[in-house]
Amino acid sequence: MELFSLTIHELQGLLVKKEISAEELTKQVLERIEQVEDKIKAFVTITKEEALKAAREIDQKRINGVSLGPLAGIPMALKDNMCTEGIKTTCSSKILYNFIPPYNASVYEKLLGAGSVLLGKTNMDEFAMGSSTENSGFFATRNPWDLNCVPGGSSGGSAAAVAAGEAIFALGSDTGGSIRQPAAYCGVIGLKPTYGAVSRYGLIAYASSLDQIGPFTKDVTDCALVMNTITGHDPFDSTSANADYPDYTSFLVNDIKGMRVGIPQEYFGEGIDPEVENKIKEAIKKLEELGAIVEECSLPHTQYAMPTYYLIAPAECSSNLARYDGVRYGLRAEDADDVLSMFSRTRNQGFGVEVKRRIMLGTYALSSGYYDAYYLKALKVRNLIKQDFDQAFEKFHCLLTPTTPSVAFEFGSKSDPLAMYKQDVCTIPVNLAGIPALSLPYGLVNNKPVGLQLIGKAFAEGTLLRIGYALEQNSQETRITPILEGVK
Amino acid sequence: MKISIKDVEHVALLSRLELTEEEKQEQLRELNKILDYMEILNKVDTSQVEPLAHVLPLQNVLREDELRATLPKEKVLQNAPEEDEGMFKVPKIV
Amino acid sequence: MGQYEVVIGLEVHVELKTKTKIFCGCPTEFGGEPNTHVCPICLGLPGVLPVLNKKVLEFATKAGLALNCKIAEFSKFDRKNYFYPDLPKAYQISQYDLPIAEQGYLDINVNGQTKRIGITRLHMEEDAGKLVHQGLTISSSNSSLVDYNRTGVPLIEIVSEPDLRSAEEAKAYLEMLKAIMEYIDVSDVKMEQGSLRCDANVSIRPMGSKEFGTKTEVKNLNSFRSVQRAIEYEIARQIDIVEEGGKIIQETRTWDENKGITLSLRSKEEAHDYRYFPDPDLTPLVISREWVEELKAGLPELPAFKKERLIKEHGLPEYDAGVITSSRALAEFYDKTVSLHPDYKAVSNWIMVELLKLLNAENLEITDSKITPQGLAKMLKMIEKGTISGKIAKQVFEEMFNTGKDPEVIVKEKGLVQISDEGQISTIVDQVIANNPKSVQDFKAGKEKAIGFLVGQVMKETRGQANPGVVNKLLKEKLTKL
Repeated sequence: MELFSLTIHELQGLLVKKEISAEELTKQVLERIEQVEDKIKAFVTITKEEALKAAREIDQKRINGVSLGPLAGIPMALKDNMCTEGIKTTCSSKILYNFIPPYNASVYEKLLGAGSVLLGKTNMDEFAMGSSTENSGFFATRNPWDLNCVPGGSSGGSAAAVAAGEAIFALGSDTGGSIRQPAAYCGVIGLKPTYGAVSRYGLIAYASSLDQIGPFTKDVTDCALVMNTITGHDPFDSTSANADYPDYTSFLVNDIKGMRVGIPQEYFGEGIDPEVENKIKEAIKKLEELGAIVEECSLPHTQYAMPTYYLIAPAECSSNLARYDGVRYGLRAEDADDVLSMFSRTRNQGFGVEVKRRIMLGTYALSSGYYDAYYLKALKVRNLIKQDFDQAFEKFHCLLTPTTPSVAFEFGSKSDPLAMYKQDVCTIPVNLAGIPALSLPYGLVNNKPVGLQLIGKAFAEGTLLRIGYALEQNSQETRITPILEGVK
Repeated sequence: MKISIKDVEHVALLSRLELTEEEKQEQLRELNKILDYMEILNKVDTSQVEPLAHVLPLQNVLREDELRATLPKEKVLQNAPEEDEGMFKVPKIV
Repeated sequence: MGQYEVVIGLEVHVELKTKTKIFCGCPTEFGGEPNTHVCPICLGLPGVLPVLNKKVLEFATKAGLALNCKIAEFSKFDRKNYFYPDLPKAYQISQYDLPIAEQGYLDINVNGQTKRIGITRLHMEEDAGKLVHQGLTISSSNSSLVDYNRTGVPLIEIVSEPDLRSAEEAKAYLEMLKAIMEYIDVSDVKMEQGSLRCDANVSIRPMGSKEFGTKTEVKNLNSFRSVQRAIEYEIARQIDIVEEGGKIIQETRTWDENKGITLSLRSKEEAHDYRYFPDPDLTPLVISREWVEELKAGLPELPAFKKERLIKEHGLPEYDAGVITSSRALAEFYDKTVSLHPDYKAVSNWIMVELLKLLNAENLEITDSKITPQGLAKMLKMIEKGTISGKIAKQVFEEMFNTGKDPEVIVKEKGLVQISDEGQISTIVDQVIANNPKSVQDFKAGKEKAIGFLVGQVMKETRGQANPGVVNKLLKEKLTKL
C-alpha cells in the first residue's frame, strides 16, 4: 500500500486500528521524499530524525492509551515562513539563510498539540513575494504534473509536496493568492481562511493586513480536518478573531440544493484562457445539476484590485522587512566599516530582485508627498472592493471563479514583473476583502490541473467546504493525481 | 516617467539598499512601468470613501499587565552575527 | 539682548511604570544584565506580533487627563520607520495623526507669576534599546554594542506648545510636569535613569514679531540643570549668530554637559522621512467616555490644587507651598505629618529648612531617607512640651534622618532631655557666675551683651540641655542681686 498517497482521514482509520504505526507512515513518506525530491525540490529543510522521533512518541502514546489529537501521527510540511523552534526558518531568503527561531509559530504549536509530525520546511518565493517559487533565494521547485513548469507560488513547495506525495498535508500562507494559485497549478485543495481565523503569530510577515495561513490537502475532508486544528483565537495576535469556530467536518453533507452561487462576470473573458474557462463552466453545470441556483453577478471594482494590492502589500512589506539589517540574526555583509553601509550592503546582498523591487515600491508609496496619492488612495479603493463583495454576499452563499487565468506555465516564461503579477488577478481581491476562498482542482487542460475558486463571506469557510465537498463527491474532475516521470 | 534616477537613489537610501548602477537602472525601468500601471486607480472616485486599514471590525485588543518569561540569554544571542559582553556588536555608528 | 524674544517648546518622554513592556510581557525594570529583559516580541524577531498592555492605555489616558487634555474617542498606532541598531524592527510603534490625548495645558509659576503653557499632544510609543559605544566617544569608537532591555518599555511623549519664553520657564514647566506624573503615579520620572527625558526646540525672534524664527532641537538633556543650561547656551548661541548677521540652521544639536555647549548632530540621512502608516498588526482604540470619566474621578489632588489649599487653608507662604507640593513624596510627607501634628507652620518650616538641607546635601530623594512623618510629628510634640529645645531638636532630627530611630529613643540614648528644673540649673548658674568674674563685671558696668556669654557657658556645662528660658531668667535674677 502506498501510504503516502492516502488522505488524513484514510490514514487516521489505519492508525487508530493500529494497522499501521506513525513511524511506518512517516518512514514511508520520508522514503517518498528521498525518491522524488531531486525532481520536485519542494523542501528547504527536511527534519528526518526529528520526524521519526516524533512519530515514535505518538506510537508510544497510542500504546499507552494516552488520548491523541485529531492529526496524531500524520506527517506534514510547513512553508518556510512559519517559525519552528530550533529548526531553521529562512523564508527562502539568503538574508535568513541561517536563522533558527527560538520560538514556535502559534499555528505550529496547534499542529504539535494535534499530534502531527513535521517532515520539513518547504520552499517558497522569497518572503512570499511571487507566483512561481522561481523567486526562492535558493532554488526553484518543480510542478509534479510537468517538471518544466512552475508549481505556482509563493507556497509552491507546500503545494508540490502534497501533490507529489511528499507530505500528507501542508500549510502555506496566502497574501494575494499564494495558497490558492499553487494549489490550482498542482491540482490539490488549497484554502485561504478568513483574515483573523488562523493566528499570524510566528508567520514571518510579508503584508500584515493581507497575510493568512491555510492548508493544502488532497481532498475537502482533509481540509476541514486541518481547519479544525489551525483556526481559533490567539491572544498573541491582536488581529486574531475571537469568533465561534465550528467543526468544519459538519459541513461535509453532500447536499447543496437551493444554495445560491454567483458568477462574477469580471473574472471571465479577457485574460482568461478559454480552455480554463470551459472547465469552470463545466463545474457550474455540475453545481446546477446538484440543485444549486447559479446566477451571474458583478463585482465592479475588480479591475482595481491588482494595482491596489501592489501598493498596499509593498508598503507593508517595506516596513516589515526593514528589520533584516544584519544586527541580530541572519546575514551580515562582511566588508562594511560603519553601520549605514553594513545595513545597506547586508540588505542588498541578502534580498533578491523581486523583494528589492517591492521594498522600493512600498517605500516610495509611503514616502512624504506620495502617501495620499498612493497608499491612502489604495486603502480607499480597498474599501470599495470589500463593499462589492459585501453586496454580492447579500444575495449569494458563495461566488465561483477560476483560481488562475491559465494552467501552470513554464519556467522563465513570465520574466516581466507585471505579467507575473497578473497570475494573481483572480485571487487578490479576496485578500483585500479579508474573506475566505477555496481552490479545488477541476479537471485538466493540456494534462495540467485547472483550479476552481469558491469565495465566501467572512467566516463562511464551512459553506465553501460544503459546496466543494458536493463537487468532490459528484465529479471525477476533482480527484486528480500526477504521474511523476521516472518514478515508480 | 513617474520617477527619476534621483528618486530611485533617494528611495534606495531610505530602504537601506546599496544598489549597483545596473540595479538602479533596472529599478527605474520596472518601477516606472508599475507606477504607470497604478494610474488606473485615478479613474476611481474615492472622494466619499473611507480608507480601509483593517478588514475585521476589531478594536481595543488589550492584554493584562502580567509578566511572562523572558528568553534565556543564550537564545537571545544564538543568531547574532557578532556579539561581545552579552550584547550585539555593530560597526561604528558614524 | 533685550530686543529678542525666546521661543521654546519641549518634547518630553516619560517612561510609564507598568510592570511589563508595552507590547509584550517582559519586565520594565531598570537595569539588569544586558539582553536579559527581552523576548522574541521586543527583540522584533521575524514573525512576532504586538499586543497592547492595558495599563499603558490607562496610564497614558490618566496623564492626558491630568494635563487637561481632550482624550481621543478614536485613536490608533502607527509605524515610524527608520533604521538604527537600537531599533530592532527598524520601526517604532508610535502614534501619528490620532494621539490618545490633545489640546491640554499646565500652569507654571515663575517669579510669582502664573503662566499657562499649552500641551499640543500626548501619545503612546515604545522605547528603543541602548547603544554602548566601545571607545571614548561615539565618533572615535570603532564599534558599538546593543542592549535591548529597554526596547519596548512604554513611553508617553508630551509635546508642549511653543509657549515657553525662557530657560527658567522651561525648567519650571518640566518640574511641574514631573510633579504631575508623580502625583498620578504613572512614572518614576527619574531623569538620571532616563524615565524622564527632554528635548527642547529653541528659537529666537525680534521682540514683537509674530513669526517664529528657525528652531534648533536640543537633545541629550539629562538633568533639570542641563535643561536650563543648554537652553541658555542655545539662546546665547543663536543671538550671537543673528547679531553677526548669520542665519540659524534648522538642525538637531546635542548638549555636551562637560563642555557646557551644544553641538550639531549631523546625520548621514539628510532627509528624515519616517513614512508613518497605520500599524496593521494593532487594532484601533475606541475610548469610551464612561471609562474616561471613571479615570478622571480617580485622579488624586494635583500639585496646583494642593498648593492653593496649603496657601489658603494652612496659611503657608506661596513659596513654601510651591516647594512642598513640587514633589508628590514631599507633599505626602507633609500631609501625613500635619495629620499627626497639625502645626502647619512648624511642619512646613522643618521640611523647608532642615529636611531639604539634609536631602540636598546628600543628593537624596525623600523616599531614600529614613525619616518618617510619625517621627517628625513626635519630635515636634517633644519641642512643644519642652522635652527638648529647638536646638537639640536639630541634632535629634539629623539622627532620625540618618538612622530612622524614634526621637524619644535618640533623646534617651544621648541623654538630650532638656533640663528645666530650676534647682539643678541654679547650681550651675552659681558656678558659672563664680568662674567668670570678668563677664559679671562687664554686665554690672552696663554691658547687657555679656549675659549672652554667660548663658553660653551654662549651656556648655549642661551640654546644651538646659532650658534656655530658665537659664536666662535665673542669670538675670542672680546678677541683679549681686
